[in-house]
Amino acid sequence: MLDLRNYSSIGEALRDALETWPTDVCLIESDRGEEKLRLTYHEFREAALPLAKAMQDFGIAPGDRVSIIMTNQSKWLISAYAIFFCGATLVPLDYKLKPEEQWQLLKHSGAKMLITEYGIWRQLGVSPGRANAANLITVLATEAPENADLAGALRWEEARGAQPPVFVPRTRRDVACIVYSSGTGGVPKGCMMTHENYLEQCMSLTAVYPFWPGVRYLSILPTNHAIDFMVGFFGPFTCGAAVVHLRTLRPEYVREAFPKYEITYVSLVPLVLKNLQKGLQARFDELPASRRRAFEALRNINRTLTRDHPRLWLSRKLLGQVHAAFGGKLEAIIVGGAFTEPQTLQFFYDLGIPVANGYGLTEAGTAVTVNDLKPFRADTVGKPLPGMEVEIRNPDADGIGEVTVRSKTVMAGYLNEPDLTAETIVDGWLRTGDMGRFDSSGHLQLFGRRKNMIVTEEGKNVYAEDVEQAFEGLRVKEFCVFAANFIWPQRSMRNEKLILVIHLEPGQAFTDELRAEIAARNSRLINYKRLHGLVLYPDDFPLTASLKIKRNELAQRLGALDREQSILPI
Amino acid sequence: MRSIEQTTQEILQLAAQQFKLPAGSLAPGDDFYKKLGIDSLQALEMLSRLENHFKIELPDYEVQGVSDFRTLAERIQARL
Repeated sequence: MLDLRNYSSIGEALRDALETWPTDVCLIESDRGEEKLRLTYHEFREAALPLAKAMQDFGIAPGDRVSIIMTNQSKWLISAYAIFFCGATLVPLDYKLKPEEQWQLLKHSGAKMLITEYGIWRQLGVSPGRANAANLITVLATEAPENADLAGALRWEEARGAQPPVFVPRTRRDVACIVYSSGTGGVPKGCMMTHENYLEQCMSLTAVYPFWPGVRYLSILPTNHAIDFMVGFFGPFTCGAAVVHLRTLRPEYVREAFPKYEITYVSLVPLVLKNLQKGLQARFDELPASRRRAFEALRNINRTLTRDHPRLWLSRKLLGQVHAAFGGKLEAIIVGGAFTEPQTLQFFYDLGIPVANGYGLTEAGTAVTVNDLKPFRADTVGKPLPGMEVEIRNPDADGIGEVTVRSKTVMAGYLNEPDLTAETIVDGWLRTGDMGRFDSSGHLQLFGRRKNMIVTEEGKNVYAEDVEQAFEGLRVKEFCVFAANFIWPQRSMRNEKLILVIHLEPGQAFTDELRAEIAARNSRLINYKRLHGLVLYPDDFPLTASLKIKRNELAQRLGALDREQSILPI
Repeated sequence: MRSIEQTTQEILQLAAQQFKLPAGSLAPGDDFYKKLGIDSLQALEMLSRLENHFKIELPDYEVQGVSDFRTLAERIQARL
């Protein structure tokens, strides 16, 4: 791989990568089982440079912000390289957000240009939110049909400058990306990630999980997410490896991709991993009794022989059929975005498929700890990566305290939020809000959160404040949304739920009509943001001088109530 | 060509069949995540079946944020 210590920006490293492995394949794109595109590093460069020139002709200057809202595909990565080549700052946004939420973030980020897919633009271009984001001047839409109404956008395919673009160098401290780590209802949290953050993170991760020319990474997690940006773009590209994109994430095409492209690594969220486990278990259960006994015997042998560290060649021999279904070249499944159940991790490890679980957050530049498999420990989130200092602050009698991180991978701060930044990064240490402790062998164990948010199994961060918008104007005296575990701390990362706390007007009864209204509003929320229950609170909420709810104090008062008895179903 | 009502009814029947619910227990306005008790991955599996049934291709972005049968039927109808 490139020696990233010698580079000062993502653009500079990628520029060298494209010249180092000109004939190696860097991208494969498939749609519904059919391969649509295959690019070498040289071809990738040829596709990106005319776009970079067009962007410079559009007036994109160093430090300008350019957003990408796209599904995982080749044009995402080509556009991102063009942005870095121009010295601009990338704002990757989640294509799954609603159009109004995307406009809110486009405005907040101050993006001058947007690169998106026609299918997304068709909804985004007509959304009323567009009127507020006057900062956005140019929109490039990919793959628009011939007679399409572009609603003011230009065709990405036609944005090609004839002359060579001028490479714009950046320093390590310059902001490379603004990554939104949360929803949009409350304060949008735009993490300002520097070039150094990415260069350092890439070195740390590849020290434990290396990439090399010939590696094929299956990119399924959205590329706007910190994990896929690192292991599905920057990491493999700086090592001469290849990324495989699927335009359709239907399970049957994902399954087919493993053997077809002989995938080396894939990243999944815990929900998908669990689903995979269920599917495999169902197939094992269907085996005739004698074959099942034979299979279980082989699995036990594999478990014993890989106790200290993985032996992939041996596992592939012992459990050939299982490995063949995954293509026979899989080195590890990377799982992230949320907490994974130890028994799911163990299930795969026993089959000889290591799962690289870890712990991280966008603010720390993706991964902080990762399981190094020496030996595999399903009950922990692994050890700190090289270059990460991790400390447990204010530990209780059991050694459990807040996980804090100091590293060159920690973000520069939240965009336009100096107070929030000062609360989050104190004396150079990132306060994660997650509770944990180290065991005697230096592995981190997590024990819940002390912040008012939940993380779903799909890896979605949901901040309680963001959900309140959906209940605005509710006919009660006051209300507030909390993560149940924030009120009643649990020593667990599982079963995280949101609840609505309401305080009725004096003399007001909790009627079926009110309950129905809450239920109706709740069902309009996207599924992972939905409330689990409600709490009727009899007293006035504690308020600040400016009449904002003192959430911490209210949570403390609610904590005196019995959890099980207080939460009513919606 | 099918009417939107027909399309909706066929979707409801197929979903009930796939997730083993009694025929007629689903309504167009139902939230399929909630009513079928499924996660996003199972929803993708349901979409695959609907694509095969209607012989259409529904790009993933077309169904982002859709959680009720009626809107799903509209998206499918537009591609018939």
